[in-house]
Parts: sequence; C-alpha cells; structure tokens
Amino acid sequence: MTIDETVEPRPIDFEHDVIQKRPITGQAGLGTPADARPTQGILASDDNIVFTTVQNLVNWARSRSPWPLGYGLACCAIEMMASAMSHHDLARFGAEVFRSSPRQADVMIVAGTVTHKMAPRLRRLYEQMPEPKWVIAMGNCASSGGEFWDSYATLQGVDTIVPVDVYVPGCPPRPEALTEGVLRLREKIARGG
Amino acid sequence: MGPQHPSTHGVLRLVLKLSGEKVVECIPVMGYLHRGLEKIFEWRTYHQGIRYADQADYVSNMLNEHAYAGAMEAIGGIEVPRRAEYLRVIVDELSRCASHLVWLGTYGLDVGATTPVLWCFRDREEILDMFEEICGSRMNFNYYRPGGLLYDFPPGLLSKLERFLVRYEKHIEEDYVTVLDQNEIFLERTMGVGVIPPDIAKAYGVTGPMLRGSGVDWDLRRDRPYSIYPELTTVKPVIATEGDAYARYRVRLGEMRLAIQIVRECIDRLPGGSVRARLGHVWKCPAGEAYYTVEGAKGETGVYMISDGRAPNPFRAKYRGPSFSNLQILPWLLRGRLVGDVVAILGSIDIVLGDVDR
Repeated sequence: MTIDETVEPRPIDFEHDVIQKRPITGQAGLGTPADARPTQGILASDDNIVFTTVQNLVNWARSRSPWPLGYGLACCAIEMMASAMSHHDLARFGAEVFRSSPRQADVMIVAGTVTHKMAPRLRRLYEQMPEPKWVIAMGNCASSGGEFWDSYATLQGVDTIVPVDVYVPGCPPRPEALTEGVLRLREKIARGG
Repeated sequence: MGPQHPSTHGVLRLVLKLSGEKVVECIPVMGYLHRGLEKIFEWRTYHQGIRYADQADYVSNMLNEHAYAGAMEAIGGIEVPRRAEYLRVIVDELSRCASHLVWLGTYGLDVGATTPVLWCFRDREEILDMFEEICGSRMNFNYYRPGGLLYDFPPGLLSKLERFLVRYEKHIEEDYVTVLDQNEIFLERTMGVGVIPPDIAKAYGVTGPMLRGSGVDWDLRRDRPYSIYPELTTVKPVIATEGDAYARYRVRLGEMRLAIQIVRECIDRLPGGSVRARLGHVWKCPAGEAYYTVEGAKGETGVYMISDGRAPNPFRAKYRGPSFSNLQILPWLLRGRLVGDVVAILGSIDIVLGDVDR
C-alpha cells in the first residue's frame, strides 16, 4: 500500500473510524455466525477489537492449552500415548504437552485402573497440582471401576478420591474419544467451570 | 524413583541406594497395578476370562488370549480348525510387532531420541486399524475362543495386510535402523550396558528376547511347539550373543523382521474352512489341569488352569507373566552401575506393569 504524503495525517477518530465505519456484524465474533461463536462472553468486531471481561478472557486463554499430567496407569495409557502421537495428534487442540511434574500441569488425565495402593499417591499428586486444575477420568476403570467392579484391589471410580470434570467411557477409549473429552473440557473451562 | 516418574514404564517404583553416582542397591516395589486378575479368573466363566487375559500384558493382548484359550483347549482336548490356527499365528505375530513397536518407541524416548516414537506409533496405528477390522476393538480384543476364533477375517483384509507388510518392512530397514543404528548417542548408551551372561540369565528365569539377547538359543515357537509353528519353515529364532541392551534391541528388531516372514508364509499357506470348532451351545470344561505356554512378545506367557469339571468357571488359573520374571534380574543388573544407566537398563528389559502386577 502506498502512502499519500500530501494528505495531512490526522489522529484516529474512534467514533468515525472504528465504530461508525465498521459496525459489529450481528452478534457474531470474528465474522462467524452467532451459533458458531467460539467463546461465550467475547464480542469481537472485524478489525480485531475485542470486547469482553477479564474473567472471560482468562477463561478463554486457559481453555486453549490445558497441559495434562501424564498419569498413565494401565491399558488406557497406551491409548493416551497413541492419541498424543503422530496419527491422532492431540497437539491440534493444545493438550499435547504431557508434563511429568504435577506443578506444571493443569489437567490430570487418570488413564487406567486405580488400585488401592495407588490411590493415596493419586490424591497427593492431585493436591500438588496448582489451581485451577481439572481431572479427566479416562476409561471405565477410572470412571466407575469398570470390569474390575468386584476386584478386591481396585478403587471403584476415581471420583471417590478426587473431583472429576469429564468422564471418557471405553475400555480403553479410542484416541478420538479422549480427544472429544479434551474438547468437552475446553468448553467447560471456557464457560468458567 | 517412581511410581510416577517420567522414565519408569508404567507405575513401577524403584528404591535406589546410591553411593555417589553408583547404585549400591535397588529394590523394585511393585503392586501399584495389582488388580487381582487371577482371583477374577476364578469368578468369571471360561469365556469371560479371555477378556480379562487381555488385561494382563495390554501391549500384546492377542498372545495372552492365546495362552488362556490354549489352556482351555488342552484341558478339554478340543481340536482347533486349521484355518483358525493360521489366523491365530497371523494375529499373534502382528501383536508381537505392535508390542515391539511400543518398546522401540519408548526405549528411544528413554535414551533421548524423540523421533522413533512418532514413527513407531504410525506403524502401530495401522496394525491396530487392522485388528479393529478383524474383531472390532483396537485393544483388549476378546477375539480368541476355545476351539478357534470369534470371526473369520473380513474380506479384503489379507491384501491390505500384504500391502502393509511391504510398507512396514521398508520402515524397519530405512527408518528405524537409520535413526537408531547409526546414532552415536544411542550406541553409546546401549552398547555394553546391562550385560547379562547366559548362565545368569538362565538362573534368573529370564525368557524371551532378553534370553536370546544373551546368546541362549531358546524359543518356545520352535522348542516347545504349539499351534502350527512346527509346520512353518520361516521360524528361525533371532539370537544375539553380547547380552547387553544393544543386543536386546537387535533381537527385537530381528523379531519384527521375522514376524513379517511368518505372516507372509501364513498368508501363502492359508487353508479354507471354518474358524471355530463346534462345541455346542453350552460347552462344559471337563475336569483336569493344563499348562499352556506361548512365546509372548516379552517371553514365556503361560496359563496354568485347573478345572473341577462342574463349575462354569476355572477352579484356578495362574497367569505366568514374562515381565515379572524378567524384572527379577533388575537388582542384579543395576548393582554397581551408574545412576544414569538405570533407565537405559530398565527400558531394555521391556516390562509392562499390567504383566508384572496382574
């Protein structure tokens, strides 16, 4: 774009240049239809001016890259690895950075059977995670005990010791199912949950 | 170390006593994944038990099912149709490949290479896709039945499998060998690390690729033949004599190549017919006991089953997990080694904690 140097530069008139000239189209954000708006509470116009509250902005930012704590316990851990690997590529949704330390993690993906011996460690790791934190119970064993419902050694659902946000059923869940779980969690975080 | 540590496989905990950088003593603490499988076998019917056998070594599920179904057939004296035996060998070898691919990828991560794991899971996904076509599930298949298999292969799968084998063979020779065998860091970290002499390996009851990596020529597929392995001409165990982590890597890579040969031979000689013996609607297991072993991906996978002839469930089913026996040698291996080698040695054993703790 060439700049015409003969014209005297003038300060930007907010009323004239931004709001009057380019009115916000409908209720849409970023030029999308109203029902496909990416995040609630965020209103955006076409020229990159966004109206929102700080709370909504923070929730939106948090929801976009939840870092999971790699808490693989049993069979589901292999599917969790598979969903993070090249074929299913959880990185598309910002959740591929599996942290080994609970201090750096936002989401605990409990992948596999939790035994009575493991339960206190799981609780301690959950308490070591900084707020805000979320838990995904991956697989039937972590959700409700699953097929080990009558075993003497396993915990009947991880929600008996930590609060669970998203349950992903399956034995083990397919990588697509875990991806769906992560997406649901993103929605929940964006809503401020 | 552990139970939640970046480099431990599963939920193993190692209590290490160190003197400077040298490991004085190592005590593995297990049981974080003990789910009481053997007790559950006693509570479930024979058919339901197959599903739980999947859960033991969850990286190579088909081989566990083979051991469990084989024990039932040995007690009941069931004749398995020949087509079912060939299909069993095909899925067994594919399952072995899937297991070794997971091992290769994670072992690469252990010694500091990130690329192999991405490539290995690419091939593994293709194998799992085929398993999904065969039995409807990616893992925990529930595919074996006493006297055969649940379904025949779907139409078109064999040609898909052949096309995959060509690709897979190319990946082994061009990708994995190139990225690891010519990698200075990988060679430095594995050669001469974790050496097991043959007599020590035998004394500790080590089986599978670890035993063959120490130069002991022992492969159940040839030495205690089961299924149709004695009829196949391609079954030649892969041996390496050095006994270090690199030798075990070479053995596992060789087994992946061997699996391709075996699957190809099975496809060529595949007979027609049924895949399931006729047992009637309610099959009652006669009284008796049997121990059936298969050469699992990690070693001798066996099920010792006792039937009292009356109940619909086994009186006792003992599952012999190869990882558990192989793990016994770890304290001996780590004594006097540097702490930096701990993960390289542990990874080369190829344990799956579901198999250790059961």
